[in-house]
Amino acid sequence: MQKTVSLTVNGKPASATVEGRTLLVQLLREQLGLTGTHVGCDTSQCGACVVHVNGEAVKACTLLAVQAEGANVLTIEGVANGDTLHPMQEAFRNNHALQCGFCTPGMVMSALDLVKNNPKPTDKEIREYLEGNLCRCTGYHNIVLAIAEGAAVMRGEAPPANPHGVAAE
Amino acid sequence: MADGSIGTPVRRREDYRFLTGQGTYTDDINRPGQVYAYILRSPHANARLNRIDTSGAASAPGVVAVFTGQDMAKDGIGGLPCGWLINSKDGSPMKEPPHPVLAVDRVRHVGDPVAVVIADSLGQARDAAETIAVDYAVEPAVVDVVAALKPGAPQVWPEAPGNICYDWHLGDAAAVETAIGKAARVVKLDLINNRLIANAMEPRAAIGEYDRATGEHILYTTSQNPHVIRLLMGAFVLHMPESKLRVVAPDVGGGFGSKIFHYAEEAIVTWAAGKVRKPIKWTADRSESFMSDAHGRDHVTHVELAVDKDAKFIALKVSTVANMGAYLSTFATCVPTYLYGTLLAGTYTTPAIYVETKAVFTHTVPVDAYRGAGRPEATFLLERIVDLAADELGIDPAELRRRNFIPANAFPYQTPVALQYDSGDYQSTLELALKAAGYSEFEARRQEAARRGKLRGIGLATYIEACGIAPSAVVGSLGARAGLFESAAVRVHPTGSVSILTGSHSHGQGHETTFAQLVSDHLGIPIESIEIVHGDTAKIPYGMGTYGSRSIAVGGSAIVKAMDKVIAKGRKIAAHLLEASEADVEFKDGNFTVAGTDRLKSLAEVALTAYVPHNFPHDELEPGLDETAFYDPKNFTFPSGAHIAEIEIDPDTGRLEIVNFTASDDFGRIINPMIVAGQVHGGLAQGIGQAVLEGCVYDKETGQLLTGSYNDYAMPRADDLPNFALSTHVTLCTHNPLGVKGCGEAGAIGAPAAIANAVVDALKPLGVRHVEMPLTPERLWRTIQQHQTRAAAE
Repeated sequence: MQKTVSLTVNGKPASATVEGRTLLVQLLREQLGLTGTHVGCDTSQCGACVVHVNGEAVKACTLLAVQAEGANVLTIEGVANGDTLHPMQEAFRNNHALQCGFCTPGMVMSALDLVKNNPKPTDKEIREYLEGNLCRCTGYHNIVLAIAEGAAVMRGEAPPANPHGVAAE
Repeated sequence: MADGSIGTPVRRREDYRFLTGQGTYTDDINRPGQVYAYILRSPHANARLNRIDTSGAASAPGVVAVFTGQDMAKDGIGGLPCGWLINSKDGSPMKEPPHPVLAVDRVRHVGDPVAVVIADSLGQARDAAETIAVDYAVEPAVVDVVAALKPGAPQVWPEAPGNICYDWHLGDAAAVETAIGKAARVVKLDLINNRLIANAMEPRAAIGEYDRATGEHILYTTSQNPHVIRLLMGAFVLHMPESKLRVVAPDVGGGFGSKIFHYAEEAIVTWAAGKVRKPIKWTADRSESFMSDAHGRDHVTHVELAVDKDAKFIALKVSTVANMGAYLSTFATCVPTYLYGTLLAGTYTTPAIYVETKAVFTHTVPVDAYRGAGRPEATFLLERIVDLAADELGIDPAELRRRNFIPANAFPYQTPVALQYDSGDYQSTLELALKAAGYSEFEARRQEAARRGKLRGIGLATYIEACGIAPSAVVGSLGARAGLFESAAVRVHPTGSVSILTGSHSHGQGHETTFAQLVSDHLGIPIESIEIVHGDTAKIPYGMGTYGSRSIAVGGSAIVKAMDKVIAKGRKIAAHLLEASEADVEFKDGNFTVAGTDRLKSLAEVALTAYVPHNFPHDELEPGLDETAFYDPKNFTFPSGAHIAEIEIDPDTGRLEIVNFTASDDFGRIINPMIVAGQVHGGLAQGIGQAVLEGCVYDKETGQLLTGSYNDYAMPRADDLPNFALSTHVTLCTHNPLGVKGCGEAGAIGAPAAIANAVVDALKPLGVRHVEMPLTPERLWRTIQQHQTRAAAE
């Protein structure tokens, strides 16, 4: 059965005709061409597909597209301000918190959700929060540093001294 | 130090696209008129295929075509080849059964591909596949190597009696037996190296396309080595000339070895796209990845270490049974032999070593290289037996290692197992790690933990790895069926920007940054004017790709070689322009200068002259400034290091916490320390994953894959891992132009033994001498219970 879904994605209205079984992540990737949201598993565990739906972090593989009718969806493509990276994206870059980049969009979307709910997370809280996001490349060490830096900048503080010796831009 | 030069932590150039969702992974690519493939896979581990009825599927809505192994056989499609011939002890070649792309008369593991359905949508293809009726005659299966060797075990291949693929050996058996006969002590251990699944976060995907107008086939694929795939698939499977086959490996979401190999799905979509004349996309879902990606490790080993009265190692004897799975994957056969047996000297002066490896077929997914590939297995057994020896001899594990290290002044050092190490300083890396880990104050921490009811342990592991794979003549003599050089082209454009075309492939390693740093440093031009091109056989010269920590050591050296050709030609052009003798022209900081003067021409000026050769030494030179080089390494490189794990176990629950992890490594010269640290972090996470979490499990009766999803296969998560304390100690590689050794696999090699040694150290008071990986809470709890019960009974 086909159904038309209308929603807002990254601030712009979008609509598509989907099957009842179509997942939100399929709608985003295959019909709206927003391929920054990735699919890394089929059991809702890897977190590569995390987007924000009405301001909450959601694994886009756990929601049917039809459930997103009328929703306001933010994907990784909508996080930067034009060509200027969001402080959380910048923090990932400053801390080499990504390697192959496949888990990265989901990591950034989860990190933003964490900081929204907990503006000053401890390293332990960051690690616990990331329970739903798998990364196979980084060993998480630099992701934890990046989220701490991103959170500091989002609080309006100066970023902590870069632990890798990266010079400020 | 100039911004971007060698040794500086330059932020990665690839990050912007990945952070903004603009990476282009294979599944992100959609071709006009694209249709979708769904692959029907065997639910049985061992069954005769009596009949496949695809008639219902063929007429289902949206279906374009359905193909089986019979259809491919009719087209003369070949099997997937194995790239390395191993000979048994008696000189006979390994048993090399066919590896059909789609099963023909039998399936041999759960997940073996049986048919492909191609439809307008993936949903339609999947729906149609459900209507395919396959008449399987199910037979008993065997999944583990010990069972496979038993008399009466189900036989995977009639041409491999006893399920033995080969029975290989290396070293001097007689010398080892003699040494064991006169040893003061012989320490013995049986151990298992647990089977793992690489689990790159991007599942494998492939898009096949055929251009009727040009006759060209294009394959987009999640590969670490597109030229290797083109060669294997073109020459052995689809019988297509290279000139009509283009393989593109775009952004690839991690590999760790599992994306080296030529897989069935690549051949299926390439071949089928030619049949249906439409682009065909296949993307694995994660469950499919679990049952179709090559797995790693899976060794069962007996080891004996002979020690003299001064605690010097005098002989090592190793006997290993290695699982090959049901078919021989691309590099499967060299992993438990030449990437394993040759590493058994480790960091030690052991004068006599003998290793034998039986490779065994089972009804499981093929087993092949996974991060470290053979070297983690070698290191694990060596560092476990050394720790056990230290315990039995009552010597501190660090001290026993010091007594047996190859001294820093003994290089080049010829081991008794074929390798010649060029450089290293094992004691310095160990001392660095011991200091950073607070090793000498550990007992106080153990006692403090004991007061809290916790069992605390510390474990160390030193390792050596053979990277920079590989000198072609050497590996050729050992059975490799390919060369393992690397290529590079340095294309200086008319106005001075530079494109580097490399056969190496980046799937997370950051080559677009480190290679650019290397070029910036060597040519004296800004990083911004350097472009690194990789991953497309239509663009790059024939090259071998990225694995075995080879990119900087082999690929980077090829770039240096090509840059040197550019500079040599540039000097001639500059000498002509400056009316100077070529011998007087030197190249420095991006300029060709007449020595001792301020007369110079920049690289850009020389390039412009090369492409607009109005005033040019035409008698001597051709126009253009575009040089290609192939670099074949003279030897392997030998990164080394020392890793120290400190852990606590809660005896009531068996829960293990990694309190500290310290790694001190020697990677030779370091181009970008931030990227190197990232590589170590990732390797450590995978090594710790092997040690405490991960294990691939098949049901012994049915051959079903029990760890077939992230529900069942424990991937390391952020809160499973500690922060890592890293340091480096540099000795330069002596035989490549950069002095580099490679860093990609180190973490996965050192960590498992360090963790296991720490756990045994914590449990030693209970009488525990070994625990198999993964060191899960259940396994640790049971171990503690058994030993406490035993102690109470005694």
